[in-house]
Amino acid sequence: MQNSTFGMGRLALFLLLGLASCEKILPLAPEENALLDGPVEGLNEAENLRFLRGDAAFNTEVFTPATGLGPLFVASSCGSCHAGDGKGHPFSTLTRFGQSDSSGNPFLYPGGPQLQHRAIPGFVPEQLPPGAPFAKLTPPANTGLGFLEAVPDAELFAWADPGDANNDGISGRPNWISLPAYLSARPGAMALNGRFIGRFGKKAAVYDLLQQTANAYNQDIGIASLFEPFDTYSGQEIDPEVATATVREVVFYLQTLKAPQPRRTDDPDVAAGRQLFTQIQCTGCHRPELRTSASPIAALANRTIYPYSDLLLHDMGPGLDDGYTEGSALSAEWRTPPLWGLGLSKNAQGGQYYLLHDGRARSIEEAILLHGGEAAESGGQYRKLSAIEKQQLIVFLESL
Amino acid sequence: MIKSIFLTVLLAGFWGASGRAQTRIPADSSGLALNMDAAYNRPFLQIGKIPVALGGYAEMKAAFNQTDGISEGFSFQMQRLTLFVSSSIHPKIKFLAEIEFEEGAKAINLEFASIDTRFHPLFNLRGGIIMNPIGAFNQNHDGPKWEFNDRPIAAAQMLPATWSNVGMGLFGKHVCQNWVLAYEAYLTNGFDDQIIANAENKTFLPAAKINSDRFGESFNGKPLMTAKIAVRNRKIGEIGLSYMGGVFNKFEEDRLRLDKKRRVHVWAVDFNATLPGLKTVLTGEWAWVQADVPESYSQQFGNRQHGGFLDLVQPICRGRMLGFDKAVLNLALRLEYVDWNAGRFRETGGNIGDEVFAFAPAISFRPSAAQTVFRFNYRYIRQRDLLGNPPARTAGFQMGMASYF
Repeated sequence: MQNSTFGMGRLALFLLLGLASCEKILPLAPEENALLDGPVEGLNEAENLRFLRGDAAFNTEVFTPATGLGPLFVASSCGSCHAGDGKGHPFSTLTRFGQSDSSGNPFLYPGGPQLQHRAIPGFVPEQLPPGAPFAKLTPPANTGLGFLEAVPDAELFAWADPGDANNDGISGRPNWISLPAYLSARPGAMALNGRFIGRFGKKAAVYDLLQQTANAYNQDIGIASLFEPFDTYSGQEIDPEVATATVREVVFYLQTLKAPQPRRTDDPDVAAGRQLFTQIQCTGCHRPELRTSASPIAALANRTIYPYSDLLLHDMGPGLDDGYTEGSALSAEWRTPPLWGLGLSKNAQGGQYYLLHDGRARSIEEAILLHGGEAAESGGQYRKLSAIEKQQLIVFLESL
Repeated sequence: MIKSIFLTVLLAGFWGASGRAQTRIPADSSGLALNMDAAYNRPFLQIGKIPVALGGYAEMKAAFNQTDGISEGFSFQMQRLTLFVSSSIHPKIKFLAEIEFEEGAKAINLEFASIDTRFHPLFNLRGGIIMNPIGAFNQNHDGPKWEFNDRPIAAAQMLPATWSNVGMGLFGKHVCQNWVLAYEAYLTNGFDDQIIANAENKTFLPAAKINSDRFGESFNGKPLMTAKIAVRNRKIGEIGLSYMGGVFNKFEEDRLRLDKKRRVHVWAVDFNATLPGLKTVLTGEWAWVQADVPESYSQQFGNRQHGGFLDLVQPICRGRMLGFDKAVLNLALRLEYVDWNAGRFRETGGNIGDEVFAFAPAISFRPSAAQTVFRFNYRYIRQRDLLGNPPARTAGFQMGMASYF
């Protein structure tokens, strides 16, 4: 009996050792094109180190009341709103309020433009002022932002058609914004009456990734920095709660996150969907291809990218007009969101799509059908497609 | 300073022991020792007639882990070196202290240092640094007692084993033939508001361990209550029910109100049993945590958690092996689960993720009964984030050893 049990023991030992030599029981990496996070190709060793430091600050650093969180806040870390560097979830959706036209925001004094609806213990969260126009905004994906930043103003301006001169019903225009004092315009920037072209944010009211990062630290987490030194609770200037070097490393991280890679490129349904996308004029706003110019980061310079966006403002009709706006945009105008990585959004949103600016669309089809204004014609054409064609179009969008 | 003196005494004791008669005091094998007895139920070394017994254990491991295709490579870890000393000051008064060095000297903790005074078997007074009797693992955590290289996630991270505090209370037991009924009840210093304000970005009871001031004064002036009852049958096993709770936040300072009193409650059930015939040993623990997280705070910090583990250990061979007369070879399996944030999102009504599941098959070899263990295990961990996105999968192999000395 003892011999047999000892034999079983040896058998079990050999089995375990056998398993140890089998790589399949160690979780393998997902396909590279199934992930949104990761650096762009071509970074040098020093850039890799900066990327890793920024990654740690973005995804690992959690703020607490002791390290500056709040007192009023939306999230306790950058990663809280951008799981896996993807789109956000209604849990992390933020609310901006106060501005209804290009004349400015009369609600800045009572805490605008962003509502900090959470507070550390002992503090009362901010309340939406009565009568203030507002919009809910779901955090966007982070991927490929450095490439978008490196697209020259001239290219965006070339796509603009504010008077709809070509009569296609699509009249994109830039959001001309004032720069905060800590920013300087990039070389070759275009200006209009001292204002510059914004390209980030749902209303394209953010100039570059430094402004986006400094704003997010301040307005989302309640962290003062050299760039945004005001406490969101008291409104008073306070000492920086995050190192300037850390902010810059996070900016570098965002600049060097890779662009989403398309999937199922050989699938005939994807090819058919791509043709339909062009055929029903989605490409009028969702421009498939842009070109970057010179960049201090060599890996971003002079590349052709496929974000499916023109980064311009378009009137999306009364259905998507929340009555709130930023910069010179009208309240019905929204920046064309890049579609790259759309098919991976669910993996960052808890297995469920939350699309459009506030996550109201729970599927790609619902998002298409909610397009109005300049996109109404394309939406109408989508409705006329057969069930198979609609499916092909969605398969294509999910392959991006 | 105290730690240095403690170490000096211990090391001097061990050095002195080399020239004197030594008596090894084995652990209790009556079958009636409970988890609450674990602190004293260890092998000690008695030196001559000195009324002091010394002991300790060490555990280390080598590990290779990989998360979704990315590995940090192969690594060795000196998990902990623990030294303990006990003394019978009087037939009814005894003292035991335990100091632990984790990962070299990265963390040095005085985990236990209490004076026990016996008035009656049902009425004993304990005072000093005590291990709060929540669940079983917290009191019965010595590495050589377990067949796995890592501590259970629920016991070590959800319940903050090893969780010690300064305080005092009562314990006792009643023995009736094969049955033992026991209780413990203590008031100690307790948690602080770091349990909902920490770098883990979740409600995390072990965050309170960072505050070493808790051995000097209470964070908020409100004691933490810990109580446990346990029943053991010599032939069947033991079951324990325990509760720990109290105010965790600083609600007032200099008579100025800062917040309402916020409480944390922890309930746990633990058991261990040996199946007759097969001699399979089952050890398990499940616990529930409820914390009063402000409504206006982030749901990132959950107000309810639960989780536990189940260990199955099957001896498959006993006898002479590899030159050891009383060796035992075991197969073992551990199943673990923790839901760090039980509940639903206010915004969507959807389930909040933030959960971890793990299993670990293992082989352990004990060359000398319970004194020493060599162990090898595979461990697979599946961890979902707050939103319930596709899980991060970590797996790896661990090989280690632990021994009392």
